Amino acid sequence: MTDFLKSVPTDSMASRKEAVMNAIKQEVALSAAQTLMNSVNERCFKACVQKPGTSLGSSEQTCLARCQDRYLEAFNIVRKTYMSRLSKERMEDQANVI
Amino acid sequence: MADKFDEATQKELGAFLEKQQTEARLHQSIHTFTGMCWDKCITGTPGARFSRSEESCLSNCVERFLDTSLFMVRRIEEQRHALEAASNGKFTE
Repeated sequence: MTDFLKSVPTDSMASRKEAVMNAIKQEVALSAAQTLMNSVNERCFKACVQKPGTSLGSSEQTCLARCQDRYLEAFNIVRKTYMSRLSKERMEDQANVI
Repeated sequence: MADKFDEATQKELGAFLEKQQTEARLHQSIHTFTGMCWDKCITGTPGARFSRSEESCLSNCVERFLDTSLFMVRRIEEQRHALEAASNGKFTE
């Protein structure tokens, strides 16, 4: 996490600032992607690999591919629902204040 | 190590970090809800597309979970108020 500070060129403050911001952004995105991948793996393994054999069969692979697509779709449905709920509640709060 | 950031830049970075953290927390909630609601709503083998009922289960699941969390908070608060009212009645002179 601190390595990026060393690799930053020290020419100008602005470019160092940019570099720090980009490093933070990357860190956040990476951690989000890891969380998502872990949960997809776990759920889809459970749903698709009932009896682990000597290799992943083609029907298991088909299932895994579908499952991965569905999980990402589920993530988007949940995100949309949650965001619209948040903005609805925020509007209600504002109405209560006024 | 080069010079420290000036005060304005430090402030800007602080604000930026806070915004990123807020976003990360939001993302984390969405992850949690997705896992929780997936387990509740998607019981069979995942198909080529969601059925209408799976789709509405997912969004109902999020809404009802949020309702649940509001319900829990409100109920605890009511109980706390009731307790306070009762103890005020007892102990005030």
